[in-house]
Amino acid sequence: MDIQNLVKMANQIGQFFQSYPNHEEAVDGVAGHIQRFWEPRMRNAILAHAQSGGETGLLPLVVEALQRVHGTQQAA
Amino acid sequence: MSLPRNTDYGTPARESEKEVTLSIDGIEVTVPAGTSVMRAAQECDASIPKLCATDSLEPFGSCRLCLVEIEGRRGYPASCTTLVEPGMQVRTQTPKLAEIRRGVMELYISDHPLDCLTCSANGNCELQDMTGVVGLREVRYGMKGKNHFDLLSALSKDESNPYFTYDPSKCIVCNRCVRACEETQGTFALTISGRGFDSRVSPGESQPFMESECVSCGACVQACPTATLMEKGVIEHGQAEKKVTTTCAYCGVGCSFDAEVKGTTVVRMVPNKDGGANHGHSCVKGRFAFGYATHPDRITTPMIRKSIEDAWQPVSWDEAIGYAASEFKRIQAKYGRDSIGGIVSSRCTNEEGYLVQKLVRAAFGNNNVDTCARVCHSPTGYGLKQTLGESAGTQTFDSVMKSDVIMVMGANPTDGHPVFGSQMKRRLRQGAKLIVVDPRAIDLVRSPHIQATHHLKLKPGSNVAIITAMAHVVVTEGLVQEDFVRERCEWVSFEQWRDFVSKPENSPEAMEIHTGVPAAEVRAAARLFATGGNAAIYYGLGVTEHSQGSTTVIGIANLAMATGNIGREGVGVNPLRGQNNVQGSCDMGSFPHELPGYRHVSDSATRALFKDAWGVEPQPEPGLRIPNMFEAAMEGSFMGLYCEGEDIVQSDPNTQHVEAALRAMECVVVQDLFLNETAKFAHVFLPGSSFLEKDGTFTNAERRISRVRKAMPPLAGKADWEVTCMLSNALGYPMDYTHPSEIMDEIARLTPTFHGVSYQHLDELGSIQWPCNEQAPEGTPIMHIDEFVRGKGRFMLTEYVPTEERTSSRFPLILTTGRILSQYNVGAQTRRTPNSMWHDEDRLEIHPTDAELRGINEGDWVGISSRAGETVLRAVVSERMQPGVVYTTFHFPESGANVITTDNSDWATNCPEYKVTAVQVTRVTQPSEWQQRYRDFTKQQLDLLPKSPREKV
Ligand code: SF4
Ligand code: SF4
Ligand code: SF4
Ligand code: FES
Repeated sequence: MDIQNLVKMANQIGQFFQSYPNHEEAVDGVAGHIQRFWEPRMRNAILAHAQSGGETGLLPLVVEALQRVHGTQQAA
Repeated sequence: MSLPRNTDYGTPARESEKEVTLSIDGIEVTVPAGTSVMRAAQECDASIPKLCATDSLEPFGSCRLCLVEIEGRRGYPASCTTLVEPGMQVRTQTPKLAEIRRGVMELYISDHPLDCLTCSANGNCELQDMTGVVGLREVRYGMKGKNHFDLLSALSKDESNPYFTYDPSKCIVCNRCVRACEETQGTFALTISGRGFDSRVSPGESQPFMESECVSCGACVQACPTATLMEKGVIEHGQAEKKVTTTCAYCGVGCSFDAEVKGTTVVRMVPNKDGGANHGHSCVKGRFAFGYATHPDRITTPMIRKSIEDAWQPVSWDEAIGYAASEFKRIQAKYGRDSIGGIVSSRCTNEEGYLVQKLVRAAFGNNNVDTCARVCHSPTGYGLKQTLGESAGTQTFDSVMKSDVIMVMGANPTDGHPVFGSQMKRRLRQGAKLIVVDPRAIDLVRSPHIQATHHLKLKPGSNVAIITAMAHVVVTEGLVQEDFVRERCEWVSFEQWRDFVSKPENSPEAMEIHTGVPAAEVRAAARLFATGGNAAIYYGLGVTEHSQGSTTVIGIANLAMATGNIGREGVGVNPLRGQNNVQGSCDMGSFPHELPGYRHVSDSATRALFKDAWGVEPQPEPGLRIPNMFEAAMEGSFMGLYCEGEDIVQSDPNTQHVEAALRAMECVVVQDLFLNETAKFAHVFLPGSSFLEKDGTFTNAERRISRVRKAMPPLAGKADWEVTCMLSNALGYPMDYTHPSEIMDEIARLTPTFHGVSYQHLDELGSIQWPCNEQAPEGTPIMHIDEFVRGKGRFMLTEYVPTEERTSSRFPLILTTGRILSQYNVGAQTRRTPNSMWHDEDRLEIHPTDAELRGINEGDWVGISSRAGETVLRAVVSERMQPGVVYTTFHFPESGANVITTDNSDWATNCPEYKVTAVQVTRVTQPSEWQQRYRDFTKQQLDLLPKSPREKV
């Protein structure tokens, strides 16, 4: 999986939900979308990237959402 | 023996609350007010002779054959133009009438060649029938007078159209063709030129058909009562012996046809009057372009090869299937369960689509299944599901006849969905208002008797800006239908949306820099939409194929909900689907995250249901979408693909990337009619079957399920569904269906919206619009009537995010893509028919200003380069484009339109952004490097085919 492409896709999702005034709703929107529509290979790649430290190129909203996705995967 | 004809009632049916009772030849009959005497007579089986009347057209009253006597009226009124009145006493047969009718026929016949025995219409000619009916026995004037056939047989027939001829010597000037072209098709290509004896039908300004405005829909041919306008197929083969009712396999209108067959040869396709989507009309593709089915390029023998550099080896079905299965198993053993997948065709039947996704989920054991809807309408599925609760259009096509305002956004119905385009034009001629939102001046903007009230000629990529700005106007000018919203929608989501769209940055004035459309025009269009009565939105790929495709779909749904335009006739949100069965393939669960009936794979109750039926539980995690498959192939984790009836190399964006991904795979299985572009990268080729060769169903853009019926045996011996069963069996997962009806029964059992569907029920009703179940036993023409499928409608925010694909000094122009009437999608079928006479190459349309700047003249070769690649086309200099925007179609693989399109895609669904690519255009003298490589590669691949691929092993 080309990580730059995944970053771009994740940020596009972030941009859609960014305009929601309710922050929780926005984070949930991004996390839910990645959870429901991304194949595990893609999800794992972006999670690993988000946790790699350093400059990820991800929007803050997406970073937060990915933490939530990570949490859900841990719980499952 | 010719085929029995359908009853012709002479004039169209009328709708009225009021009923009228009258007596015809002593029999009482009750009909809706506004009905003609002719039609009322036919209702009680009293056929009145007629020539110029037919029930698909408004009456004209010119032939005087249909005269009747009416008690208390003087003279002999024409029954086709006389309306019924209460208590009327009509006589249709009296000695006097018989005498007059004979006289009329005598005049016609004295001016008609008497070569009935050798005429192509023999046995299927209304003039012949009427001569018999009125009992004409002699022609007193003799056949020697001044007549047309001597004069005109000297004149040549017009054979310019590849599908029908015009033989003026047989014309009786009944005007039916002229009216068909106006009323049914809406093209206004024909006129009667000359007066009296000299009058003749003529296309345009006495041009041959091919040079006129004619779009070859065939409506005039069908309306002609004589052999004057006649299909070449009938002239060549004679009248057919039987007819098979089936459904067009081209576009999402889903026209119903009678395939007229002689032996195993289809003589002609006649649109079916009872067809719910087309009511007896058709376009040039469905009616005429079926010759591809028997084209010599068809490959009818299974073939295999180890590598794509090797020659193809023709083998038996068993060997080919066995090889494919062993390769898939080998790959899964080596790279894991998720390393293979399948692609469902949106051209194949529902049953076939269902089987492919079942094969992937049950036999492959993963969810790596996708369909070409990915590249066209996946944003529709997402956007409508999120807002309204169901991934489908809300209306029937007929609903447009009740619309007062029609907004067409990013769609070109007269080319892409011609039969619906004709219906829409009919409504517009009746006075409905039209708003077109499109970067290009599509035909609808101005056509005979139609003129768009507003054409919002926006910059490509600014759909969200426009739709949000329209919403801004609706909200801030107090045009919201608050009662509707309060009752039907989630109020909290509405408030959030209302606050969002009201922001000053979403006003038409603020958006003007993005859209290029004057704010006043946007305001006026929004007001018209909100206050003009029933308002309906029709949209197409110009909406979905963008980085914000899903956002625009959501914006459209928001606008419809806010203005209360949903849940009844005349309104609604109407995606115009591209391919014949895009709706169906999506319904059948061909997306990697959804089981049939749009149920998410994570839903354990649904998985349990399928486990019960299939014996295998589907995986709970979504699989790879098509572009993700390519990415995974490049990374080495996706190595095998079963691709049925799709040509991803030609249809998907960034061709060079797709080619590289396919080269990286170890086993590509292609099932198709032809050695398409994807098959050039395949290791196993399984011959497919055309829609004429199998049974099944298609579902059109209005959710209408219609039967596909076998008209000839499969050329390669097997229908596509049989091939999928064989592959599944070879993989160790048994599929033992003996007929597609059994597959539909399984679909119906497992899918709540299909519970009531069966082949028997389809035979009874003709077609069914889903949902069809206990609540709606006859189907559901209009959705969301009392409540939305998801309960309350949900407004979502639609922030405009400009695409990353921006112009720069290197790529200063925007390329957008589209399609034309005569060719279909990647063109694999239509290119193999005479339809290519209308369009034999893809060209680049460029505005005169941009052309002049670059020294480009009409017909010059121009290079088009983008960040992804370069190709060369010939230029058409045209004002239809706005400066800064160029346009092309993508029907020919050598054009390489997708060599230039990029990997950008819709944020929610990965639907590619075909509609916006930044490019530079320059004059060149030779094809691009890619095109030269393409030619070499194609030649190499054709050389690898066995010498006579049609020979069976
Ligand atoms: S084929 Fe269609 S468009 Fe052409 S003249 Fe006949 S009705 Fe008109
Ligand atoms: S061409 Fe046929 S339909 Fe047209 S006026 Fe002549 S006879 Fe009538
Ligand atoms: S291509 Fe579309 S409009 Fe034309 S006949 Fe087929 S279904 Fe109808
Ligand atoms: S059918 Fe009535 S006038 Fe021709």
